[in-house]
Amino acid sequence: MIRKTVGRKLTTAVGLTVLLIVSAFAYVNIRSHEESLLAEVERHAIQISQTVKSSTEYDMLLNEPNRIHEIIRRLGEEESIERIRIMNKAGKITYSSDVREIGKTVNSRAESCSRCHDVDPPLERLEMRARTRVFRRPNDSSRALGVITPIYNQPSCWTADCHAHPKSRKVLGVFDVVMPLAAVDADLRVGRIEIVVFAASAVLALSLITAFFVRRWVSEPVKQLVAATQRVAGGDLSQAIDETRRDELGLLARSFNHMTRKISEARLQLVQSDKLASLGRLAAGVAHEINNPLTGVLTYSSMMLRRARTPDEQEDLKVIVRETIRCRDIVKSLLDFARQSVPTKRESNINEAILRASSVVERQLSLSRIVVMKDLQPGLPHPVMDSNQMEQVFMNLIVNAADAIGPEGGKIVLRSSAVSLSPVGVVQIKHAVCPKRHNLIDGEVRFEGKPSIRIKARCDGQEGFIHFDPVYGNAAHRHGFICDDQKKAQFVCPECSTSLVSEGRTCPRCGGPVLTFEAPPKGFVETCTRKKCGWQRWMDIDAAGDREFIEIQVRDSGCGISAEELVKIYEPFYSTKGAKGTGLGLSVAWGIIDSHNGSIKVESMVGKGTTFTVRIPVKP
Amino acid sequence: MSSVRDILVIDDEPVVLQGVERICRGEGLAVDTATGGVTGLQQLEKHAYRLILCDIMMEDLDGFGFLAESRRRGNRSPVVLASGYSTGENAIRSLQCGAFDYVAKPFTADELMAVIRRALNYSSLLAENPEALPATAPRAENIHRLGRVSWAASKLEGTVVIGVDDLFVNTIQGLRSVELAPVGAYLVQGTGCATIVSTDGLAHSVMCPVSGQVLQAHAEAAANISMIEKDPFGAGWLYRLLPSDLEYSFRCLTFPSDPIDQWQVHQKGETS
Repeated sequence: MIRKTVGRKLTTAVGLTVLLIVSAFAYVNIRSHEESLLAEVERHAIQISQTVKSSTEYDMLLNEPNRIHEIIRRLGEEESIERIRIMNKAGKITYSSDVREIGKTVNSRAESCSRCHDVDPPLERLEMRARTRVFRRPNDSSRALGVITPIYNQPSCWTADCHAHPKSRKVLGVFDVVMPLAAVDADLRVGRIEIVVFAASAVLALSLITAFFVRRWVSEPVKQLVAATQRVAGGDLSQAIDETRRDELGLLARSFNHMTRKISEARLQLVQSDKLASLGRLAAGVAHEINNPLTGVLTYSSMMLRRARTPDEQEDLKVIVRETIRCRDIVKSLLDFARQSVPTKRESNINEAILRASSVVERQLSLSRIVVMKDLQPGLPHPVMDSNQMEQVFMNLIVNAADAIGPEGGKIVLRSSAVSLSPVGVVQIKHAVCPKRHNLIDGEVRFEGKPSIRIKARCDGQEGFIHFDPVYGNAAHRHGFICDDQKKAQFVCPECSTSLVSEGRTCPRCGGPVLTFEAPPKGFVETCTRKKCGWQRWMDIDAAGDREFIEIQVRDSGCGISAEELVKIYEPFYSTKGAKGTGLGLSVAWGIIDSHNGSIKVESMVGKGTTFTVRIPVKP
Repeated sequence: MSSVRDILVIDDEPVVLQGVERICRGEGLAVDTATGGVTGLQQLEKHAYRLILCDIMMEDLDGFGFLAESRRRGNRSPVVLASGYSTGENAIRSLQCGAFDYVAKPFTADELMAVIRRALNYSSLLAENPEALPATAPRAENIHRLGRVSWAASKLEGTVVIGVDDLFVNTIQGLRSVELAPVGAYLVQGTGCATIVSTDGLAHSVMCPVSGQVLQAHAEAAANISMIEKDPFGAGWLYRLLPSDLEYSFRCLTFPSDPIDQWQVHQKGETS
């Protein structure tokens, strides 16, 4: 069975359409060709009739029939003329190029007479167009064109000496010129064949071209897509199809690949959770089954340990108890692993968290004559977050803002928006290790609450630590000692003294030495060692491009925070509210935002107000 | 009920029964055993016990079922539930259902004796004054209790303060010291979060009421143990936590109300 493919359907449709158009064109063309050829022959015939008429007129008046016979015979010899004859009104052929028919009478119903004699009494005047007729000759059925030219009575006819015609007669007779159409018909036949051949080849060529492009643009990609669908249905999700095309099928291919990627992710998750679930069941069974005999071992051994008299016995039993407790911990961790509780972070609407937080305190704020204005951008992407914790962050910020405003009242503005930021100045280096995997992160020295990266420097006989701002691209380095950039310095891991300077690498901005450390799990960070330069590069993060964040601002018209206080606000138990506050609000907020890989920034002017800006990445 | 015996141990695992029996005998306690929840209930018909130690996962009647049924039958003895399926959920559920405490299997002789001593002390307190349980601090609005072991109170800025219940303190005779987890440690609801050592050297584990990270350990209380002894709901708090999922933690604490309290209300209703 032939499948009704789109290609075949389209090819058939195009073929039929072309056939229709070309046929119509050919028909019109053949008709007009025929008409013009006939018109040419007709014009020729009329011209001959006129010539015969004018050349015989004088001879007729002189009543010289032999001369007329001669003229007619000569003209009849012309190849383009088949026959010339003159008939009188009664139908008697008086002159003819065909001598055999002279003297014969033509029936008034004959084809050459029918134009006038079809009616009774016969027509006396004939229109120019009606004088022409095309007929098939009875002998070989080839076509011929005949032109009738009536010979009207005129004064010279009835006044002539022969007195052949009375004055009362209107029409004396007719010229009948017949011209063969064989040449014209042959010409038309050739033209018709040419047009049919052209039409057929046009249909064929267009169909083939259509079929070729349909196969190339539709059938092949569809075939690929069908094959890929079958592979996917068969469970193979690793296959991607060519998605470089720019048309709708390319779009479909991209969409298809996206779908398979999503399906394979979902399947991975499903398999993972399935694995965890079966591991959970296994662990539950194992925990119960192993913990019971372990209870026997542990109760007996620990009891014997209590009663043991000699130190040797005690030592041995201690080993048994210790190792049994180790078994208990292993089973416990297996159980804990298998029962990893569902993550509390999920895709949530951040505007809702802001609204919930503000609604909790709003009534209290309105009593304090504080107006809360909300400028929340609708339709924000949903970041993956713990919405309860996030609500707590906003509540703490709003409460702080309200406390800063004080009893005279004021305004708090809550804004949310989506921002796309370059990783430079945003992404925090949370893990940093030397080549021997010693931790370089130092929680003692912090930049805006974030633990710094500590590296040991040796320079000019001195030794000290440099602390780097953990935010990628921030050039805020703190040096524990003074070292001239021009002097040769060593930068090493504080633990193992392994050099971190990349030999042969120089800073592309200032040409200074470059040090490199690993920032697991995201590759290596390169940073210029010169404190005035601040060049940094983190290939893996740069490659990932701009990142989407939700930015939330809490702005108040309160008393502001002085520069000295600003550096301490995230420290736990630091409070400016005296007995009123615990000094934990901002450090809690900081902790929550940090656990969401977000950032919090504060800008303040004493007497004008404070703005806290929180940024939460849309993707964790 | 002819006599009051010390301990009834219910477990479907003979080696556990034997082990517990040996330990208790060594401490001079009279022990009866039962190999399932149903036989345990039959045993309760014959004798009164100062303490019942019952496994949770048993074929015929599980630990929770046994606890509910024994309460329905009017038994007031403290029940300590134990399980080899040692999850925080089991621990929380045990205390919420009115168990005196929960021990995870396997346990050492000392761990077992610590909880047995406290349960027996509680039993003695009950015997001295059957009408009232030991003094309970006024229940503040935002205080959530985990049985009569520990409590948690949420603070406005998003932290949670946790501490030990007065009954837990009162049933330990003589506090010697308390061991607290360091700042930054992650505490899990339903597992041990602090150890109180009594003067007899036993280490009593305090079950954590909510999950979270330690922001502050109350070092002052650790240095001055009498703070905990005198005011466990106030000055004697243990930790300030950054809770991981407070709503979930509190939801775990708010399911069924304490059957002991219910039972008392029921009893009072009958007597009056």
